[in-house]
Amino acid sequence: MDTALWVVGRATGVVSLGLITLAVLLGIMTRSGRPLPTLPRFSVLLVHRNVSLVATLFILVHVVSLLFDSFAKLRPVDLLVPFIGNYKPIWQGLGTVAFDLLIAVVLTSLLRHRVGVGAFRIVHWVTYAMWPIAVAHGIGNGTDGRSPWFLTIAIASILLVAAASIWRLTPFFVESSQRRETLQP
Amino acid sequence: MSTDSARSRPILHIDWTRCDGRGVCVELLPELLNRDDWGYPVATILPTGNRSNVPISPALEDAAVEAVALCPRLALSLLNREASP
Amino acid sequence: MSAVTSSPPATAARLFVAGPHAELAAHIAAYGAAPPPESGSSLVGKLEESGLIGRGGAGFPAWRKLAATNDLRRRPGGAVVIANGAEGEPLSRKDATLLQHSPHLVFDGLLAVAGAVGASEVFLYATEVSMKRINAAIRDRPDMDRVKVVVAPHTFISGEASAVVNAIENNLAIPTDRTRRLSDHGLRGKPTLVFNVETLAHLALVDRYGPNWFRTVGTNSDAGTRLVTVSGSGLQPVVLEVPGAISLRSALSSAGVNVGTIQAVLVGGYHGAWVASEHLDTPLSPADLLPFGGHPGAGILAVLDNGQCGLVFAAEIATYLGAQSAKQCGPCTFGLPAMASILSRLARRERDPALVTELGRLGRLTSGRGSCHHPDGTTRFVLSTISVFADEVQLHLGGRCSAPDHRISEARQ
Repeated sequence: MDTALWVVGRATGVVSLGLITLAVLLGIMTRSGRPLPTLPRFSVLLVHRNVSLVATLFILVHVVSLLFDSFAKLRPVDLLVPFIGNYKPIWQGLGTVAFDLLIAVVLTSLLRHRVGVGAFRIVHWVTYAMWPIAVAHGIGNGTDGRSPWFLTIAIASILLVAAASIWRLTPFFVESSQRRETLQP
Repeated sequence: MSTDSARSRPILHIDWTRCDGRGVCVELLPELLNRDDWGYPVATILPTGNRSNVPISPALEDAAVEAVALCPRLALSLLNREASP
Repeated sequence: MSAVTSSPPATAARLFVAGPHAELAAHIAAYGAAPPPESGSSLVGKLEESGLIGRGGAGFPAWRKLAATNDLRRRPGGAVVIANGAEGEPLSRKDATLLQHSPHLVFDGLLAVAGAVGASEVFLYATEVSMKRINAAIRDRPDMDRVKVVVAPHTFISGEASAVVNAIENNLAIPTDRTRRLSDHGLRGKPTLVFNVETLAHLALVDRYGPNWFRTVGTNSDAGTRLVTVSGSGLQPVVLEVPGAISLRSALSSAGVNVGTIQAVLVGGYHGAWVASEHLDTPLSPADLLPFGGHPGAGILAVLDNGQCGLVFAAEIATYLGAQSAKQCGPCTFGLPAMASILSRLARRERDPALVTELGRLGRLTSGRGSCHHPDGTTRFVLSTISVFADEVQLHLGGRCSAPDHRISEARQ
């Protein structure tokens, strides 16, 4: 049983990394206000949301399965308080931080209409910090963290997110900005 | 159509101070909205006058609800809506 | 009702009877003491009979706003009354003049309304230039202790009703999105009445002398007097009090304008409409200005001489209006500068007939799409310009101009 939980914990960890990478990329796409070849803007938005929720689900399974796996020595308090764990406390702590930030992002997103667009936006920016922390946690804490196949996935993800983030900072990133550039200052 | 039902129709209200012309609502309500030169929504069924409040016919109510929910800037609201049964 | 000891003004000179910079004693000697406070419904009745319409620009019947708020006075928190002396229009001087010379009349009107609706909060909102006089006059009025004075910035939209409320509540004099009327849900969610200071001055007089007296000057549909600011034609802006429905010709002549040498007059300020010189006998009243797409508004009459170019004049105004956008709403932020740019190109005699159709298209696109009426007003002004100065437009499209020495000042582009 322990082995099963351990395997589930590791596998969901890897899949989660892939899913949150996809979520971040789709999130950047959503912010650009551009459609994708087969996806109108509202679909990009919805797929971003759905992938984020599935990623959250996988992260929950990742955390819960390791909670019940006696080998991992994960305690409930480790889900909230970082860096006090029994196994590789720093790397695990990064996972805790990422997890806590994720909860804030998911809650403010689901309750967007209640908390208002200001709070939602500001907390959402936190994902730009949450993502690299999660990647670092995966490399540092993961059993396969330094194996070639995982590192390949991690590096590919880093390159994709870095490229998208750089694109995010270019002047005509937002589709409508090109239509509005005739505004006199 | 009687004036009573016209008055009790839900109204899609556009908060221009929040709208950033992202275009999601225009995709969800193509029968009602186009985008202007700068990307902001134009109610095609209201050629003149105040275009911040667009009456929603029963057939488009679901789409309007979705537009309100998905607007990235929370710039839309549905006024005058009867409670769902 | 207690007897008023002084006799009511017999002519169209009503608002400045107490003389310039009138102190409290002179005010009471001229008009008598203010009557005791009365109920909301009583004041509403008087106002409705008087036919007083708002003097702030929108021209809404004064009694209606009062009635709407009065109906909601029992809401917890009570009602709010605000005197609006912000006068955002650069060509207007009437509110500043009124506050300078007859502040006590404005105070009487404000307190009458506040008492009538049982207001829990009362404000006087005006620009810096009026502050010294207001504060000095308030010192003589213990009954004004409850009124909070708020300084309005010198911007075009600072006097817009929701901007007034936003300025007082959040120190931001820009309009807000509204799904409910201010008289229903305004400052801090309370029923809120915003009245122009001139409207309140007339209201104070109706309160003293009654609606029938108010109607002895003016016409049935445009009763009473109004303040106008006349400018242009080499004149410094002049403020006059004129009877309702006075002809434009008479109003301008009284201000010292040589009406024989003018091309047109802009009625209602930068959001107003042009009336060409051949129509100067048109009365300055809502009904008579309707065919021109205009309204007396805040009583601004800006004269365009024969030696000036209407398109150049208008292009500079349109550029100013675009710059004065609060920049909150997309259609206004981008549409107004786009219109100003096209009008400027026309003014500079660019020979492209498509400029005119484009102006119409942009106007129809921006009008009615924003949280306030800035885009609507600007469109009205621009389209009125193109219509009334159609001949000038044709000249410009041919590379010529009726007043070639009048050019757009480069600094304003």
